[in-house]
Amino acid sequence: MVDSLGTSPDEVQFRFRDDEVADHGTVTVDACCDQTNATAVRIEPGDDARVLLPFVDRLALIEVNFPSFADGRGYSAARILREAGYTGELRAVGDVLIDQLSHMRRCGFDAFAPDTPLDEEDARRAFATWENVYQHAQDTSSGRRRTIVELRHE
Amino acid sequence: MYKYDTYDQAMVDARVAEFRDQARRRLEGKLTEDQFKPLRLMNGLYLQLHAYMLRVAIPYGTLNSAQMNALGDIADKYDRGYGHFTTRQNIQYNWIKLEDAADILEDLSKVEMHAIQTSGNCIRNISSDHFAGASHDELIDPRPYAELLRQWSSFHPEFTYLPRKFKICVIAAEKDRAAMRLHDIGIQIVEQNGEIGARFFVGGGMGRTPMVAPMIRDFVPLDQLITYAEACLRVYNRYGRRDNKYKARIKILVHELGKEEYTRQVEEEFAHLLDQGIEPPLAEIARITEYFADPAFEDGAKTVDRSDPDFALWVDRNTHRHKHDSYVSAVVSLKPVGGIPGDASGEQIRLMARLSKQYSFDELRIMHTQNVVLPHVKIEDLHALWTALDAADLGAPNMDTIEDMIACPGLDYCALANARSIPLAQRISERFDASGKTEKLGELKLKISGCINACGHHHAGHIGILGVDKKGKENYQLSLGGSEAEDVSLAKITGPGFDEDGVIEAVETVTDVYLAQKQGEERFLDTYRRIGMAPFKEALYG
Repeated sequence: MVDSLGTSPDEVQFRFRDDEVADHGTVTVDACCDQTNATAVRIEPGDDARVLLPFVDRLALIEVNFPSFADGRGYSAARILREAGYTGELRAVGDVLIDQLSHMRRCGFDAFAPDTPLDEEDARRAFATWENVYQHAQDTSSGRRRTIVELRHE
Repeated sequence: MYKYDTYDQAMVDARVAEFRDQARRRLEGKLTEDQFKPLRLMNGLYLQLHAYMLRVAIPYGTLNSAQMNALGDIADKYDRGYGHFTTRQNIQYNWIKLEDAADILEDLSKVEMHAIQTSGNCIRNISSDHFAGASHDELIDPRPYAELLRQWSSFHPEFTYLPRKFKICVIAAEKDRAAMRLHDIGIQIVEQNGEIGARFFVGGGMGRTPMVAPMIRDFVPLDQLITYAEACLRVYNRYGRRDNKYKARIKILVHELGKEEYTRQVEEEFAHLLDQGIEPPLAEIARITEYFADPAFEDGAKTVDRSDPDFALWVDRNTHRHKHDSYVSAVVSLKPVGGIPGDASGEQIRLMARLSKQYSFDELRIMHTQNVVLPHVKIEDLHALWTALDAADLGAPNMDTIEDMIACPGLDYCALANARSIPLAQRISERFDASGKTEKLGELKLKISGCINACGHHHAGHIGILGVDKKGKENYQLSLGGSEAEDVSLAKITGPGFDEDGVIEAVETVTDVYLAQKQGEERFLDTYRRIGMAPFKEALYG
């Protein structure tokens, strides 16, 4: 499914949140900075996620677009938003594939809307790839999980 | 040396299981070749001219005899009986079948080895000084920091789809034996006011646009090392160019932004990340450092019996001064006259494993010059070691001579190459050995690449040769004056290229110019730097 900017919400296949799905369309980063009432925004790979930091409290949904799975800028965008305290839905959209899921999850994504729906069983396995992890990321800083280094020195 | 704990082992086991699953999905058609390619690459599996090539990581070039033995067995079981040691201190197998790849990874995991991130646009295997922990001239052993970086960079969730590959090197001596400033990040462990810390050089590299990394921070405290590296990477991941594969390395970003602006951005990100608590505690570095404690050195003979001139020559050429005066580090040359640089048979690999157990506290190192080191050999054991090596065609006394050249696999194996490297290397070593000129030339670093990607480090050669394709014919460009050491510099092209015979004559010519102009103890490189390119050009083209 190819979605044009600022129209309908993407088809969310995996979601790790209990709150209501934000069903309003997203606006561009530029529009979000101008419109004081926008609550959903879409980040493109070239956008600077830090521009959104003044608005993280009012945003309920941030989509990060991956036009190609090989463009990894969205991973940094996700961590920057979470590091700044954003707690709304962080949705990976676009060319999202099985083998990126575990890393995306670690960077703070909690919803996934792949262009092409993924095999549920393969995805379940992918989310559970790493029993433990070496580095700090969003999943460890929020206290849900401890790093290997922390486990070694507990 | 480092030993996996249950966590490290579980990470590698999980990766083997993940790769098996990816290979299954590829075979079931759930993954296209385009989708599978980056996944197999992150497990070191390339599709080359004739077969798959598997690149196995040897973290900071250090391994034990059981690991070396396994590498020899893989050569015999899954390849055609050979392994090829690379300029990244790794080993490659050139004749691998896709259906065997997961089994090989499983064999490797049993000896705490893997092929993780030996390819792909991610942080690659960390490299280091091949004499680390043994050399007389280092501040401390840099390998605990390399191991800390290895763990941090393994499966890093943010940095797995970087603009391009990323290579990190850690050394801890003023002498640079690891081409540190030709890495994306070069780290030198230094002492400042009695405190140990890290000096960061960022944005070096070879390839089609060679650059020497500028220093961006002269001292990062050890309890901020990982955080600083993370800041360097994040700025690169966000702003490195992705529009052109050939301009995507961090050296281009640092060059285009300028060192000052790149540094400013890193420092800003660093200040932010310091609050995120991502740094491992110093207790972790202490835990890792324990694994690198010195073996139990014993006092013994300080000199050798030099009555056998062949042995004496090998000792002079192929040993390096150790921090303990009854020991040396011994270099096992994988450059026999007329051989393929860096190649070793399964049998030779297992022999080196046995000898390391017998004579070097169960430890070996791989050099970026494609040789092997036994780091801790008792001086009184040297003759027995040399005798065993020599009998297996591993005793060539040629370290740092023209015969100890680096050469990439070239058009004989590599899908990217424009020209052959191996036959050229073989012919040059045969010729210089036969004429006895090798001896007169002394230290002379010759480096040969079969294409502009520069895997053979030709930019850093005292003499460099670059193979190019010229209207369907192999053509070789000659360059002079490069160095990968602490006196780092990039070589300059002499002028129009040559055919295969012509470039061999050209190497002969420039070495003649050197011998005629040499003053005192000057090396080729010193003479070149003193007299400049003109006399060489005149002799070549005049």
